[in-house]
Amino acid sequence: MDFTNVKEVTYRVRRFDPDRDQAPHWEEYRIPYALGMTVLDGLWLVKELHAPGLAWRSSCRMGVCGSCGMLINGSPRLGCNTQISELATTTVAVGPLPNFNIIKDLVPDLGPMFATHRELSPFIVRDDHEEMENPSGEFWQSPEELEHYLQFSYCIKCGCCMAACPTYATDPLYAGPMPLAQAHRYNSDSRDHGFAQRREVLAGERGPWRCHFAGECSRVCPKGVDPAKAIQLMKRELVADYLRLRSQRCPAKLAEAPKGITRREGVPEAPAPTVG
Amino acid sequence: MTRDNQLWTWHVLAGLVIFVFLGLHMLIMHLDDVIKIASLNPAGGHPIDWANVAARAKMIFFPVTYTVLLGAALFHGLYGLKNILFELHLGAAFKRAVAVVLLLLGVGLFVYGTWAAFAATALARSL
Repeated sequence: MDFTNVKEVTYRVRRFDPDRDQAPHWEEYRIPYALGMTVLDGLWLVKELHAPGLAWRSSCRMGVCGSCGMLINGSPRLGCNTQISELATTTVAVGPLPNFNIIKDLVPDLGPMFATHRELSPFIVRDDHEEMENPSGEFWQSPEELEHYLQFSYCIKCGCCMAACPTYATDPLYAGPMPLAQAHRYNSDSRDHGFAQRREVLAGERGPWRCHFAGECSRVCPKGVDPAKAIQLMKRELVADYLRLRSQRCPAKLAEAPKGITRREGVPEAPAPTVG
Repeated sequence: MTRDNQLWTWHVLAGLVIFVFLGLHMLIMHLDDVIKIASLNPAGGHPIDWANVAARAKMIFFPVTYTVLLGAALFHGLYGLKNILFELHLGAAFKRAVAVVLLLLGVGLFVYGTWAAFAATALARSL
């Protein structure tokens, strides 16, 4: 569809105010359109021109913060990352992400997702507590080791994968693709030693076993992360661990400072640390 | 906490056993024109000819493989069924009941099938 001559678009917005409404309902607003407008830009116009009380989350407007995940024309996407012209229709239907309770209008309650995320220790876990509390250097990691988890580290926790997952929609026990993919991201980090700690949750009934590999999580991810792949790799890791075939890994050691080299003339010293 | 991990691993391994043994079944019963294993069809002709069936039934190899295949298929199928049923938002008591019924069903069918496989061998040897 050619949007060059489009002057107006219609927004169908799913509204819900728990203080006023019994159930969510749709409201329609017509707003002026200009080429290059994103769905989020349109929502600001709706708020400005028609519905000052309309609520949603957004922050960075450039696909980094993960706040503006919403259901756009039936698909979970980021409002700031979706051009209206991409939708190939002048009617934009915007609703809150499914599979979550609604706080108000387009604001889903992501609390349960983050609670599960937290349970899976989404950070580097190591035994050398002193080094973790008072770091004295960097842990060594090769480019190949970085590749093992790099794509999974692009996750911005927007919740689009959780909204698209048919298992998460129907199975109250399932942890969901985001927390599981992030657990795999840290399990496959060569600096980490927290596999046993995360296994307590992963190897139980909330773990990756409940995934039916529909692959919707990977299809809708606005950052190109492949959570479905992470979950299948995690199954392999857990099975190998149970069969005692998983290679035991020592977490990466501190990188030694280079020896026998001198600073090139004109290259300034690094500034002093500002924290710690 | 790791019980699901263990059960799922056995579920996968049982699938592997089924894959291998069904491959063997295909090889003996349906691909005999392609790959001939004379010792398994000693009478020649079709694999389901009476003489071939009776000859195979006398070999201890068959009831053993039948028993392993039966165990693997029952575990794989019933564990899969249990997972499907558990996704239906069932209450804890109903889940326990489903698990017990499926366990008893599996054990019962396994005992009956094992008895049948070895009884067939005994019968064939008595002919």
